[in-house]
Amino acid sequence: MSDVKKVRIATCSLAGCFGCHMSLLDIDERLFDLLEAVEFDRTPLTDIKHCSPCDVGIVEGGVCNAENVHVLKEFRKNCKVLVAMGACAITGGLPAMRNNIDLWDCFQEVYQYEGGLEGGQIPNDRELPLPFDKVHPIYEVVKVDYFLPGCPPSGEAIWKFLTDLLAGREPKLDYEQLHYD
Amino acid sequence: MEPCEFPHIEEQLGPILGRHGGDATRLLQILREVQDCFHFIPPEAVSCLASHLNLSRAEVEGVAGFYSFLSLTPRGEYRVLFSDNITDNMLGKAELMQYFCNKLWVEPGKVSEDNLVSVDSTSCTGMCDQGPAALVNGWPLTSLDNNRLDLVAELIRIRKPVAEWPEMLFEVRDNIRRPGMLLGEAFEPGAGIRATLARGAEATLKEVDASNLRGRGGAGFKTASKWSFCHAAIAEEEGSMICDVGGHPERFIVCNADEGEPGTFKDRVLLSSHADLVFEGMTVGARVVGARKGFLYLRGEYRYLLKPLEAVLERRRAAGLLGENILGEAGFVFDIEIHLGAGAYICGEESALIESLEGKRGRPRNRPPFPVTRGYLGRPTVVDNVETFACAARIAEKGGAWFAAMGTAQSTGTKILSISGDCARPGIYEYPFGVTVEEILRDCGTEDAHAVQVSGPSGTLVSWQEFGRRIAFEDLPTAGAFMVFHRQREMFAAAHNFAHFFAHESCGFCTPCRVGTQLQKRIMDKIAGGHGTPADLEELKQLGHILGTMSHCGLGHTAANPVLDTLKKFPGTFERKLKALSFEPAFDLDGALATARSITGRDDEWAHLL
Repeated sequence: MSDVKKVRIATCSLAGCFGCHMSLLDIDERLFDLLEAVEFDRTPLTDIKHCSPCDVGIVEGGVCNAENVHVLKEFRKNCKVLVAMGACAITGGLPAMRNNIDLWDCFQEVYQYEGGLEGGQIPNDRELPLPFDKVHPIYEVVKVDYFLPGCPPSGEAIWKFLTDLLAGREPKLDYEQLHYD
Repeated sequence: MEPCEFPHIEEQLGPILGRHGGDATRLLQILREVQDCFHFIPPEAVSCLASHLNLSRAEVEGVAGFYSFLSLTPRGEYRVLFSDNITDNMLGKAELMQYFCNKLWVEPGKVSEDNLVSVDSTSCTGMCDQGPAALVNGWPLTSLDNNRLDLVAELIRIRKPVAEWPEMLFEVRDNIRRPGMLLGEAFEPGAGIRATLARGAEATLKEVDASNLRGRGGAGFKTASKWSFCHAAIAEEEGSMICDVGGHPERFIVCNADEGEPGTFKDRVLLSSHADLVFEGMTVGARVVGARKGFLYLRGEYRYLLKPLEAVLERRRAAGLLGENILGEAGFVFDIEIHLGAGAYICGEESALIESLEGKRGRPRNRPPFPVTRGYLGRPTVVDNVETFACAARIAEKGGAWFAAMGTAQSTGTKILSISGDCARPGIYEYPFGVTVEEILRDCGTEDAHAVQVSGPSGTLVSWQEFGRRIAFEDLPTAGAFMVFHRQREMFAAAHNFAHFFAHESCGFCTPCRVGTQLQKRIMDKIAGGHGTPADLEELKQLGHILGTMSHCGLGHTAANPVLDTLKKFPGTFERKLKALSFEPAFDLDGALATARSITGRDDEWAHLL
């Protein structure tokens, strides 16, 4: 083992589906190479609950509620480089489809009108994060350094992006890695 | 199925369809009439038109949804649209609109409970010299103030038909302050055509060539080249050309009177008081390229000019200046038809205009092929600005050398400017090309002018340091708009207004423009709301680069001009608005939780983001 300090990476999924994290695992055996060079801080893989100072933060998913903002701000505060990974983080993505529906209508449909509900009440426990009127891309809440597009980005794209970043190059994806049909 | 609210739609639309011969290229004209009739385009009408015109419902709905004066949802019986140009705003548009809404108990953008009235904003209506202006059911209201709006509100309340409203409400003044060779010298209808016939078509083209006339719409393409390309295109493709009229290949002359650039109103004046000159120019053009049919594409905002213009056409027909055998010349056949637009800035782009003439959405085509080879219905078509045709008529009458003696080397003749904003005498000024901004400002009566937006939002912002610059293709090309801002004006407000304009007018066809103009608007809103940071200014510059290089047509290419120009020439107006040197969220985080707080009844510390 070399003495070179490993690059510390944190990841999280906000209003996303974890598909981008699954895609990260799709780099398969190259995970071993990755682990030679990096160590993971807070991620769903390590189950560490809070972020400590890191080199790179990778965020999947958009911002749909108050808790997302707390997590995102914690990442921004601790990570030197912040990456928006996947369509939801970059644009709001699929969860943002609710943006055309009034929040009140949403709540009523889910908690009061849905078949099988009786005397349905809207949950108001203070431990539950409050949802925003609309789902937002993360760049609207914190400064984002890089955008890694795709739904999800392929394992290849993620690998290319990370290896560029680790090598100190400006990350650049080839046309094939940005072309989805 | 939804209950059908218009069971007799077939009978109701019958006369409209009949008037237009069931011709699908007239779809936009048909939809305008349907809108007038029902105050919107009912879904039943969409189905009915689709089946009669042999189009799909999507095509009809696509057209109806494209133009802002058409609506697929019910609008008020009285639809009042306030002109939202920066000059209207500088004259108090926002306050007046609010005053009017309060008076009628209606919210902007919504229809009143009794379906009586809806109030909204619309892009510049071309009345900047007599603003604030508005349209009521398409008819222009000028010089609005509280008193006039009181009257308008009362007339609406008693449901008086717009046709019976007092005429003074609709008075549109020409305000010609400085006439030149186009506006000042008397013109005898037919003089240009007579000279053309005497000289011959080819010799007339040579005169236009010698005059070095360039397009007055702003781009400045040489008119003689355009006309001869149109002519040549026919010769080349004669074999494969569709021959429509007695074996003749069909060619078209189109006059672009879709004067949508905010701050421009010179065509309005040319068409209200010098229409003969314009129609004469079109007829001369027709003789030169061999066209038998012409269109005047009149912007929807100027529909009040339709009747007077039809009357001019009728008079010219009676005088033998239009129709068969013009001025006794056997085989010289040409007539002009007026098409009305329906509120779409993009239709000022020539290929979008042609699409619109064909009854489609105003979406710019790929160019080449240019309209001169493949234009209206795929046939060679000359599209020229109103003022260009007026110039052509003078050239036909007086010769190219006479014209070329005025102006500068590369910009011959005169240019009509429409001046508005902070000046004592807004209106129409005709200057020989080469005049400096400073001279113009002196003439229109400005003190402490700080900046001038030349040629509208898509043009150039000229700061007080550059007032020595000249109106000419060599320096400051312009379609005619000249909006003056004095020292106390916040230049950010103008850029902000223009960003909203472009976001509204993007045709939505290409992503860089559709999305880019929206992002630009949102960042400008954020800065206006006091949440901007230096990072946002960088973002604006990057966006501007993408818009300018990646867009499909000129709208996108120029949509960032006002923002970039203002950033460069008046950086202070942005910087004074910036909140912090670090990052600021794009929206009010805590405010965006307010709805959820009220739904759940929570107000604990976790229900807030501070």
